[in-house]
Amino acid sequence: MASRKTSQRSQPDGDKYSVLLPTYNERENLPLIVWLLVKYFGESGYKYEIIVIDDGSPDGTLEVAEQLQQIYGEDKIVSSPLVSGLAQGTAYIHGIKHATGNFIIIMDADLSHHVMFVLFVRKQKEGNYDLVSGTRYRGNGGVYGWDLRRKIISRGANFVTQVLLRPGASDLTGSFRLYKKEVLESLVEQCVSKGYVFQMEMIVRARQLNFTIGEVPISFVDRVYGESKLGGNEIVSFLKGLLTLFATT
Amino acid sequence: MTKLLEWVGGVLVLGAAWALVTFDLLDLSLPQTYKEVAWPMPLYLLVTFGCYSLATVGYRVATFNDCEEAAKELQEQIKEAKEDLRKKGLKI
Repeated sequence: MASRKTSQRSQPDGDKYSVLLPTYNERENLPLIVWLLVKYFGESGYKYEIIVIDDGSPDGTLEVAEQLQQIYGEDKIVSSPLVSGLAQGTAYIHGIKHATGNFIIIMDADLSHHVMFVLFVRKQKEGNYDLVSGTRYRGNGGVYGWDLRRKIISRGANFVTQVLLRPGASDLTGSFRLYKKEVLESLVEQCVSKGYVFQMEMIVRARQLNFTIGEVPISFVDRVYGESKLGGNEIVSFLKGLLTLFATT
Repeated sequence: MTKLLEWVGGVLVLGAAWALVTFDLLDLSLPQTYKEVAWPMPLYLLVTFGCYSLATVGYRVATFNDCEEAAKELQEQIKEAKEDLRKKGLKI
């Protein structure tokens, strides 16, 4: 009689999650985030792969990615470096080409996103959402390492965005999200902005195309803020981007 | 229709209604009180919106969650990760 091995978590749906990690000078953080993803995905039982998209980092991030490939296997860690300077969208387009999963998770490689991606997976399954957005502003989402000034700017900017764009999502500039692969593909083609305005544009276009959006509270741990304060330049470019979206969507 | 157009449209409609009542553009012989109430409305609404905005942003800043736990957990995870990666042969 043949005995049947049943896995602890059954996967009748065969979903696979491709995590896109655009990197620039992340040689210290990359191994850590990969380790965390491998650990938590491994525990969850979901199929996954991690796609490292390095933009020519001068600090050797690419070599670190290759070492990780040796340690964890090339089926789990895919290294797909960019050849020339990038716009945010380019990194995603590039990454999607190599993704073999049917879901794409995008997040920051600098450990600012607490790796609780399982919440995203579960939320997506709950309502079969086209995209699930991590929010710092709802539920028990939040931040660590921000002073009062930073919080005021963040909430103020978000308020202005909500009034002007009425986007139907509470956190537009967040970059911890889960997309169905085909949804990400169609959105990235349409979006023209850069940086966090790009993230805003993705959600606005998603609403326009009537994609369903779910939200999940996330913790944003800012270890970088002390070094790079949010300056006037960034605020100006944010406002420019916001007004462009206001006038064109 | 872009959001900008929606706003422009909305402002035009409300503006027309306000001007109509305040300046009696169609000679409707409205009671004086209507005109007196309508005249300061734009300013009044702006001020109200300003107060609402301040109150809302203030409330949201005050209730912005501080993720102490997440930060601590992250520190521990980083230690664990570094140990394990060293064992697995990662050279930094």
